[in-house]
Amino acid sequence: MKLQRQIAGPVYAWLLLLPAAVLMVAFTHYPIVGGFIASFFSTGREGRPSKFIGLENYSSMIADPVFWQVLQNNAIYALGVIPISVSLAIFMAVCVNGRLPGRGIVRAAYFTPTILPMIAVANIWLFFYTPQIGLLDQICGLFNIPSHSWLGDTKTALGCMMVLAVWKDAGFFMIFFLAALQGIPPELEEAALIEGAGRWYFFRRVTLPLLMPTMLFVLVNATINSFKLVDHIFILTKGGPDNASSLLLYYIYEVAFGFWDTAYASTLTVVLLVILCLAAITQFRYMEKRVHYQ
Amino acid sequence: MKKGLSKAFLSLFVLAFLLMGVTAAQATVNLNMYYPVAVGGPITKVIDDMIGDFEKANPDIKVKAVYAGNYDDTRVKALAALKANQPVQLSVLFSIDVFELIDQGVIVPFDEFATSAEDKKWLASFYPALMENSKAKGKIWGIPFQRSTIVMYHNKDAFKEVGLDPNKPPTTWKDMVAVAQKLTKKDASGNVTRWGLHIPSTGYAYWMFQALCIQNGEVLMNLDGNRTYFDKPAVVDALQFWRDLAVKHKVMPEGTIDWGTLRQKFLEGATAMMWHTTGNLTAVREGAKFDFGVSMLPASKRLGSPTGGGNFYIFKKATPEERKAALKLIKFMTEPELTAKWSIATGYTATRADAYETDVLKKYVSEFPAAAVARDQFKYAIAEFATHENARNKKFLDDAIQNVLTGGKSAKDALKGAQGQAERVLKAYR
Repeated sequence: MKLQRQIAGPVYAWLLLLPAAVLMVAFTHYPIVGGFIASFFSTGREGRPSKFIGLENYSSMIADPVFWQVLQNNAIYALGVIPISVSLAIFMAVCVNGRLPGRGIVRAAYFTPTILPMIAVANIWLFFYTPQIGLLDQICGLFNIPSHSWLGDTKTALGCMMVLAVWKDAGFFMIFFLAALQGIPPELEEAALIEGAGRWYFFRRVTLPLLMPTMLFVLVNATINSFKLVDHIFILTKGGPDNASSLLLYYIYEVAFGFWDTAYASTLTVVLLVILCLAAITQFRYMEKRVHYQ
Repeated sequence: MKKGLSKAFLSLFVLAFLLMGVTAAQATVNLNMYYPVAVGGPITKVIDDMIGDFEKANPDIKVKAVYAGNYDDTRVKALAALKANQPVQLSVLFSIDVFELIDQGVIVPFDEFATSAEDKKWLASFYPALMENSKAKGKIWGIPFQRSTIVMYHNKDAFKEVGLDPNKPPTTWKDMVAVAQKLTKKDASGNVTRWGLHIPSTGYAYWMFQALCIQNGEVLMNLDGNRTYFDKPAVVDALQFWRDLAVKHKVMPEGTIDWGTLRQKFLEGATAMMWHTTGNLTAVREGAKFDFGVSMLPASKRLGSPTGGGNFYIFKKATPEERKAALKLIKFMTEPELTAKWSIATGYTATRADAYETDVLKKYVSEFPAAAVARDQFKYAIAEFATHENARNKKFLDDAIQNVLTGGKSAKDALKGAQGQAERVLKAYR
């Protein structure tokens, strides 16, 4: 009887875990391991079957200038998009948290970009950026700034992607901060007012620390987003001109489904995974010290 | 006795009838195909109608045609479906993917099952320029369907406005530059409000570039698809000319020009001339609020354009019955009458000479002569850029072109780099 209970307990627990575990293994862990193994083999073709080639894929990756360029692009993209979209999100959240008239409409307006599909958004922005007839050039025209090929210039193409990403992400992150702000008890503000604390001081010393758990969550998401969201590139530039706006994941897609070089694509995917793991670990380690859950 | 005999006959009759029913049910062949759309207009509806007509004429064949995005998307979907053992028997894919599809071992040559005299006559009925991209290793792998060449569209109203003859578009590079300079209009503060010319350089940059190279008397690859000639002097000159249109002659904006939004820009009058596929002809005709003309691309040393567009392919995994049904479908879709109808609905060139002899197309061409320009250009057309591992070599070339057009390296250095990269890939195929 006792033995039975000893077995039944864990079995019951494992049975409960099983559905989730099966899905995780099938769609997350197995592909990761499979991709890692594939990165040590060559891509098979008609008459040239796949064979073990050791680190050859990795050495050709290091010699591949496009790889280094997309990596650099991705770093710039992440370092630009994450801080701007997150601070904008906090700012917007604080704005619509107060009692301003018509705040329901403002909240909805801030959130709208998030509910639109990325592909649709990119198609709209494509015409914003189109030289001469696009919205951006029309506005520039009012101030007598000459027309510019925004997406067709290596210097501005990546910037255009970043603006779009900030516009799309900020509203989404705002929702989380807004929810966190609503959870902050109003007594704190009253107490601070009585003590004579300024608005900025209050924000810095009370609001921000209380937002930290949300901040961690948002930062992790923002980092992942900046590596995994590439839908807009398909519509706007296809990574061009001359790879100026290509990101790592887009390049992986190109290699895998354009060139059908699945082995090299696996190699690039391993790099992407390592980057994302490192980012997640650092964020958790570093932030844990500054985050206190209530 | 008599009664028994008739009874026996009756039962035999019933049995035969049942058997027929069974065989008829068995004989229903299901075909799945993917097809791309790379131009404007309601193409999917046109295809659905054509398929509907085919099914009415052939009740024993059911066809499911799936629109799958642009050429690249469609290839990805078709190959992914094949790898996952999904039933796909035929597809319309990029004509230049032929080497890639052979190397992956997924398509069969038409010579293997289109063997009757009538079949052979049919295979010989297409324009030879269009068949160049279908042939490899001495066999025919693709049947021309949605095919095009590049043509030059010009805004006749803009021509009139600056005192040019709207019915005489430029025919040489020199003319084109002079005309484009006249057509480029600036406002009081010196900002350009209308450009003379746009040649798109995203999406299909290599295709536009190939036109410039052909006109300059050079080809970019051999027909075996295992050698490229990116660093030949005439090729370098052609790229320099493209760059010069923006920086020296100032008739085109600097940087790359988007393929997808160009039609809209032309329709809004932001450029007076554009190079684009004939596949856009009908969409331009329907959208233009001004009088426009279409002409062959201008010449440097000769006239020329690459052909472009999609071919029908049949996949190796299709069973003999399915191949037969697929062949029937492709033959139906490329009949002169349907080819004519398809050409009118899209602007794609009719793929065979006898389609232009049909009443509908004769009437259409007489009302709208622009529709015949691409056909007339076939005399000067050659195969589109196709090599083994084509996507990769195309990207080397695209990157080099875009690098030069955005003011990066010199034309010579960029093309030399691309040639070196292509050489490394193609060595394995010689």
